[in-house]
Amino acid sequence: MKQLLTFIKKEFLHVFRDRKTLLMLFGLPIAQIVLFGFALSNEIKDSRIAVVDYSRDPVTTRIISKIAASDYFDIQRSLASADQLQAAFKKGNIKLAVIFPAGFGNDLTHTGKATMQVIADASDPNQATTVTNYMDQIINDYNTELAKNASQPMQILPELQMLYNPELRGAPNFVPGVMALVLMLVCTMMTSVAIVKEKELGTMEILLVSPFKPIYIIIAKLAPNLLISILNLVIILLLSYTFLDLPVKGSLALLIFCSILFILTSLSIGLLLSINAKTQQAAMMGSLMGMMLPTMLLTGFLFPIENMPWPLQAISNLVPSRWYFIIVKRVMLKGLGLTSIWKEILILIGMSLLLFAISLRKFKIRLQ
Amino acid sequence: MRTLRFLLEKEFRQILRNRQLLRTLLIAPLIQLILLPLAADYSVKNISLAVVDNDHSPFSQKLIAKITASGHFRLTGYTASYKEALQLVEQDKADIALQIPIHFERDLVRENTKQLYMAVNAIEGTKANLGSAYLSSIIRDYNSDIRLRWQSTPGVPTISTTTPTAANTSSTATTSSPSATTSTTSTTPSPSATTSTTSTTPSAGATTSTAPIPSAAAAPQVSTASSNWYNPYMNFKLYMVPAILVVLITAMTAMQSAFNIVQEKESGTIEQINVTPIKKHIFIIGKMIPFLVLGLILFTLGLLVGWIFYGIIPVGSLLVLYASLLVYLFAMLGLGLLLATYSGTQQQAMSLAFFFINIFNMMSGVFTAIDSMPGWAQTIVATFPPSHFIKIMRTVVLKGSGFGDIVYPLTAMAAIGLFLNTWAVLNYRKTT
Repeated sequence: MKQLLTFIKKEFLHVFRDRKTLLMLFGLPIAQIVLFGFALSNEIKDSRIAVVDYSRDPVTTRIISKIAASDYFDIQRSLASADQLQAAFKKGNIKLAVIFPAGFGNDLTHTGKATMQVIADASDPNQATTVTNYMDQIINDYNTELAKNASQPMQILPELQMLYNPELRGAPNFVPGVMALVLMLVCTMMTSVAIVKEKELGTMEILLVSPFKPIYIIIAKLAPNLLISILNLVIILLLSYTFLDLPVKGSLALLIFCSILFILTSLSIGLLLSINAKTQQAAMMGSLMGMMLPTMLLTGFLFPIENMPWPLQAISNLVPSRWYFIIVKRVMLKGLGLTSIWKEILILIGMSLLLFAISLRKFKIRLQ
Repeated sequence: MRTLRFLLEKEFRQILRNRQLLRTLLIAPLIQLILLPLAADYSVKNISLAVVDNDHSPFSQKLIAKITASGHFRLTGYTASYKEALQLVEQDKADIALQIPIHFERDLVRENTKQLYMAVNAIEGTKANLGSAYLSSIIRDYNSDIRLRWQSTPGVPTISTTTPTAANTSSTATTSSPSATTSTTSTTPSPSATTSTTSTTPSAGATTSTAPIPSAAAAPQVSTASSNWYNPYMNFKLYMVPAILVVLITAMTAMQSAFNIVQEKESGTIEQINVTPIKKHIFIIGKMIPFLVLGLILFTLGLLVGWIFYGIIPVGSLLVLYASLLVYLFAMLGLGLLLATYSGTQQQAMSLAFFFINIFNMMSGVFTAIDSMPGWAQTIVATFPPSHFIKIMRTVVLKGSGFGDIVYPLTAMAAIGLFLNTWAVLNYRKTT
């Protein structure tokens, strides 16, 4: 036991001596939470649009002023001819263009209908859909305005309520996502170099000839990373509480328990990587390249998992951050209790036990 | 010059010798490029909906049928009370709860207005946005449907079925564009000038028409004819593949070059270089060129993967793409070098690299639109080379933009690159 403590102390000294890495380990979560929490948003507003008005009559002027008045659009410019649209789209300056044909107002007053053209830059399909829909809403409003006197029969008035996140801020979705991402990647990366570094520097031999059990080596290697990750967790929670106005709605103790569980799972992944890798570079590339994008995409905070083809859905089940993300959303944002997340907790426990057992088995006590 | 040639020979040998590294450098990114766009699919089509039908009228049933026929929604719950529906939302079993209040049909007929209640789980903003937009537009269509039917057959209060044609048009149209409706107004794209633009645009999308309220001659109506340019089938992969390729190249080249230099520091071989008469800029160029070549190879392979697996052929010229890539690699290798000068061990280099890559990935518009960020954040993002290159890739690949259209992002990248490289060279000391 005393051996173990001494060894853990040595590991702590190693980690805390390296100020630059340490700075980065704590700087990363802070920068990410602040940047992502404030900057990322799914709300689409002030989309820049171009207007081509061949008609220039009171009707088009009225519609254009309605468009200009809405929060959704920002009329970037009025073009004289639709031929200029291509160029504007290609520069990427505008997301949408509206064309009023000649005699628009005239058509409307005399024939009772007029058609305007709406062209969306669909290179981003979602944005195009949303923006086109906003435009339809505005035109719909205008039609209602027109029909005021003619009294519209049978109007359905949909009343929309945005639950949990009424302002559609990015933070409520991204904070749990970033928590999952940062904790997982920091843990795996830091741990992945831990053992392979000793191998590369040759100090592993000394450890192996000492009467020190492999499990102690592993525990000692994991201890500083565990501590750092828990500190990170506390920082993230404090930041999201103070700056982003995202308090933990459910039980804080439950959230911390689940987080530690998740940290242990991630540490086990790093351990496995470290035991398998031959060089630090390979371990790092494995954890950086192999883990980063899949974790980002398969956690489910950027893209809905149910949209993915089934093989990817199956793979996503193996990504621990996916389960942790669900836990954080439920406990932190919705305030739910243990009954709604016991399944996810069991999965995480199972994963960490399995990974740890494999690592222990694969840990070689011989160098060659 | 001769020194440079020997240095390059050494670098290439070292890289080619390390099979495990080569695998991670080339094969891993390509596999990710093949698989990940499948995951990055945000075409929201599986919105789960919990319905509370307190009315049980032909009107309410027709509305539900219309919503499920649209293809965007999956009915996952049919509950007796609103509270139960909200519970389904809470447990992530439903994204939207829709309540049709009691006397929905009666009040619509008698009093001419009636509310519908929708509660959307807004934690995932994009899904909430699109989901509510789809639902609203379906309700809008439905509204004009019943109104039309009501007006054409006054005195008959209930409508038992729709005409099959109307239902068909609705479901097929909604797959391409959610705002398409069973419109009765003419769909002709209007003026001659517009039609000519549309026809000259190679990638102009299908023109669909939206007639929000096709009603009797009582009120004049404005309808919209919307078209989707550059990506008429609304294929999300066209948008994601170029961006994911940039993400992978960033991680491979810039960061790898940082590790490479630091590795020499850590293993002490850099001292051997330092005592030779090799000039510092030659050494740096010798370190950068292999990764430049690697970036070019990876990019070419990535374009091939995009073509073979996703059928993506850049609309714009390859010359523009490769020229931009060189400028981008110049900037990113400069960053890698800078990181290397600031770190003493590989672990430090990795932490620094991880810091930047992570922020680049999240902020450069790969997943969320830069346009919807606040102004200060957009200013910060403008200093990230990937944000510019991703923009260039997307506009050139999808819209066929030429050099004239990308002057700003290209010069911005070049300026950032020059700045980073100057800083790195100044900070690089041979004697450490």
